[in-house]
Amino acid sequence: MADANHPSDYDADAYEREVGTAVSLDTGDHVGDGGLPERFENPGLPAHQPRMADLDDGAAKRAERQVATLFGISVVGTLGFLVAYFAVPTDARMFFPGLGDVSTSNFLLGVTLALSLLGIGAGAIHWAKTLMPDVEEIELRHPMRSAPEDREKFGDIVLGGGETAQLTRRPLLKYSMGGALGLFAIPLLVQLVGSLGPFDQPFRRLATTFWDGHEVDGDGNPIFVRPRLMRDPQNTPVRPEEVPIGSVFHIQPEGLLDLESHILEEKAKASVVLMRLNPSDFVSEKARDWGYEGIVAYSKICTHVGCPVGLYEQHTHHLLCPCHQSTFDVTDDCKVIFGPAKRALPQLKITVDDEGYLVADQPFQEPVGPSFWERERL
Amino acid sequence: MSDTTTARPADALRADDTPPEQTSSGTVRRVGGVTGWVDDRTGGAKGVNYLLRKVFPDHWSFMLGEIAMYSLIICLITGAFLTFWFVPSMGLITYDGSYVPMQGVLMSEAYASTLHISFDIKGGLLIRQMHHWAALMFIAAITVHMLRVFFTGAFRKPRELNWVIGTVLALLAIIEGFAGYSLPDDLLSGTGLRATQGFILTVPVVGSYIAFALFGGDFPGELIIPRLYAVHVLLLPAILVGLFIVHIVMVAVNKHTQYPGPGKTNDNVVGYRVMPVYAAKAGGFFFLVFGVTALLAAVAQINAVWVHGPYDPSAVTAGAQPDWYMWFSDGALRLLPGWLEFVVFGFTFSLNIALGSIVLLPLIYVVLGIYPFVERWVTGDTREHHLLDRPRNAPVRTGLGMAAITFYTILALACVNDIIAIKTGMSINDLTNTFRVSLFLLPPLVFWITKRIALSLQRRDRDTVLHGRETGIVIRTPDGRFYERHEPLDEYTRWKLVSFESHAPLELEPATDANGVARKGARKDRVRAALSRFYFTDRVEPVTPAELAAAHHHGEEHEQLEVPAVATEQRITSGQH
Repeated sequence: MADANHPSDYDADAYEREVGTAVSLDTGDHVGDGGLPERFENPGLPAHQPRMADLDDGAAKRAERQVATLFGISVVGTLGFLVAYFAVPTDARMFFPGLGDVSTSNFLLGVTLALSLLGIGAGAIHWAKTLMPDVEEIELRHPMRSAPEDREKFGDIVLGGGETAQLTRRPLLKYSMGGALGLFAIPLLVQLVGSLGPFDQPFRRLATTFWDGHEVDGDGNPIFVRPRLMRDPQNTPVRPEEVPIGSVFHIQPEGLLDLESHILEEKAKASVVLMRLNPSDFVSEKARDWGYEGIVAYSKICTHVGCPVGLYEQHTHHLLCPCHQSTFDVTDDCKVIFGPAKRALPQLKITVDDEGYLVADQPFQEPVGPSFWERERL
Repeated sequence: MSDTTTARPADALRADDTPPEQTSSGTVRRVGGVTGWVDDRTGGAKGVNYLLRKVFPDHWSFMLGEIAMYSLIICLITGAFLTFWFVPSMGLITYDGSYVPMQGVLMSEAYASTLHISFDIKGGLLIRQMHHWAALMFIAAITVHMLRVFFTGAFRKPRELNWVIGTVLALLAIIEGFAGYSLPDDLLSGTGLRATQGFILTVPVVGSYIAFALFGGDFPGELIIPRLYAVHVLLLPAILVGLFIVHIVMVAVNKHTQYPGPGKTNDNVVGYRVMPVYAAKAGGFFFLVFGVTALLAAVAQINAVWVHGPYDPSAVTAGAQPDWYMWFSDGALRLLPGWLEFVVFGFTFSLNIALGSIVLLPLIYVVLGIYPFVERWVTGDTREHHLLDRPRNAPVRTGLGMAAITFYTILALACVNDIIAIKTGMSINDLTNTFRVSLFLLPPLVFWITKRIALSLQRRDRDTVLHGRETGIVIRTPDGRFYERHEPLDEYTRWKLVSFESHAPLELEPATDANGVARKGARKDRVRAALSRFYFTDRVEPVTPAELAAAHHHGEEHEQLEVPAVATEQRITSGQH
């Protein structure tokens, strides 16, 4: 072993001797069989090294001036903030290298406020580091647990308290109190949770859209009226000849955009995207049949978590949801071809009315938007 | 004072009162008569004395928690300002403020008032941006602080309780952040709420009921902003501040941990007293954090709510990301494949959504919260620990931590897959698939690499202790051999490298006793022993004085040109073992 003498060589034998001594589960720690060799002693705190400012009065004076300067900068920042607040109008803009066009007021107020705060912070810390005592001090720790007699006493007090209150002697008190305390919060919870609602079969409302019809019959069922497809936001009806191949339209049902209230709730379910493809591009027979001369309408609400499926790729005929990248193939009935969504986008069957405008031939045949528990049962 | 009043007959009733002791030095009068007045009524001097004399150890990594604390305070201050102008209402109005592109647009009062704060209130944008930046810093600081506590083993007894409180704080912080950035009711925040409703709908059985309860009916309704506002400005801040005070008090009660080093033991705290050093440093640091927040708000625009307009459920923008602390959850949603949704007996289970949201979010914090108890069970160590571990001295824990960071980072990166795809020109599908595979492959790999690095670092420490520091001085012996002189370490440097414990794996007791009767809990012990082997089979022991002495014998003869006979003999003996 020629290398065994090399100073940097690693003492593998000595290492092996120390490794592999297992201890029993009960002893818990590594100090097991008592065979552990003695350890190094803690050498204690190293000697304190005085700083420049401790030894040299000039250095201390310099530190004092630096701290005072930093505090001074803070005062300047504070005054600067006041000037900027009263002198600069809110709508003023300025160019700042590296930032571009910024709001003058925001920039000046922020920078001066920062100076005002940073000056104090830097000053205090510089003071602490240069002039305040830097001798480390030692505080002793004590075990967290209380002394045994205190723990004993605690047990006595708690149990004794129960004893003197006759809790142990009169179990009826114990159980009736337990019952009362256990139940008293229920009315409060019921009030809160019960009144949050509405809870009248919310899944039915998830499954209906404005396309089903806004008016209801005697039984409360919506009356379907073959609503026109209206451009969003122009609120104008669409003729097939206005939809060239490759174009895409955002559509709402007729009447939705005229609503006085709850317009967003209806939009969140009824939004539709309208596209025209070459009829020969369709793979799915149903997709073509439910359309009109290659014009198809699909729910715009993603079947994943409900973002609007906003991106249409003209040449691939893919609809992409920008939130989580679910990708739907328009030629194949908007089935999912990539991403986290499971279900195809529901299709809205369309045709044209007597005046030649596109209308819905029937409402959506399945709930739109994200999945929910009762979805398949409706 | 009594000399200004005339004696009354009734004074005799109080004649037996103990007269108040007078302090002779007059320092109380010098620090201010008010303190004396307060102490007369509270007796607080003793407790305050104790606090002001408390010793805190000094280390840069102990500032991370401080940053979190200060960011929270800045959020509270700036948040209180914002409440004076923000209108938490979803009632629709037509905007007529000074921001020209939005004039005449129908929008909620919440969004209009956010625009008002940003464009018409002097300094309003600054306060709003400070609030948002401080919130991001708050959660970032909590995260890094948590990593520091994890990797140094500061969560061990007696601090498990505080670790659990910290975990709850971390979870509440991101919920508070989410509630906050949902308030402006702009297109981005509304899209976030839309997705949230989608998550809630996936709760089995009662999903649609919970969704209707929270939103007060159909999405979006007109109640979610006012409700989130109450949660954001009242409910969660109250719980956050309450728990945070408990967290801080526990730090004071447990006394701060310290890194191992000369003079530091498990029974002491070495550092500086609160008065004056720590008060100046920590107080100054608050102003630094506050100042940096103001500077960020001045130069770095954040959450420009006016860009995309008010929320509209039929509109969306590409590149929609939540704030960074929600990336991991949103990323998980992008990675989970659609086939995880299935229908059983007509009921829909959307695991593709639930796993990444309503399961993942609580799961991460539960795992974090129980980790100290798992490790304690594995080590069987019930002692108090006030000296921190250097991460290398706990290779498996460090490896597990790094694996968890890797897992989290991949999820977070998956949330910006569209941005990465655009910037790098890669296919988003390939990118997503790569993330899917990496999520399972990389964490174990990172665990293994980290553990090996930690063990190598420990071996290098051993090496340095045994053979000293390389001096760069090459010496040639008379017989023509060369070697580099190694300088032995001074005892202070050496102590840092040898003052750690190395756990040995727990040994399994036989499952049956001498009579072949199965021992109670044998199966549990088997799991425990297996975990213990996983943690501690590969380990490096600290150098002992005996080993160092032996190593010196090996090395010394190089420095002695004339080797005495005894030493030669010893060398041969030591070469034989």
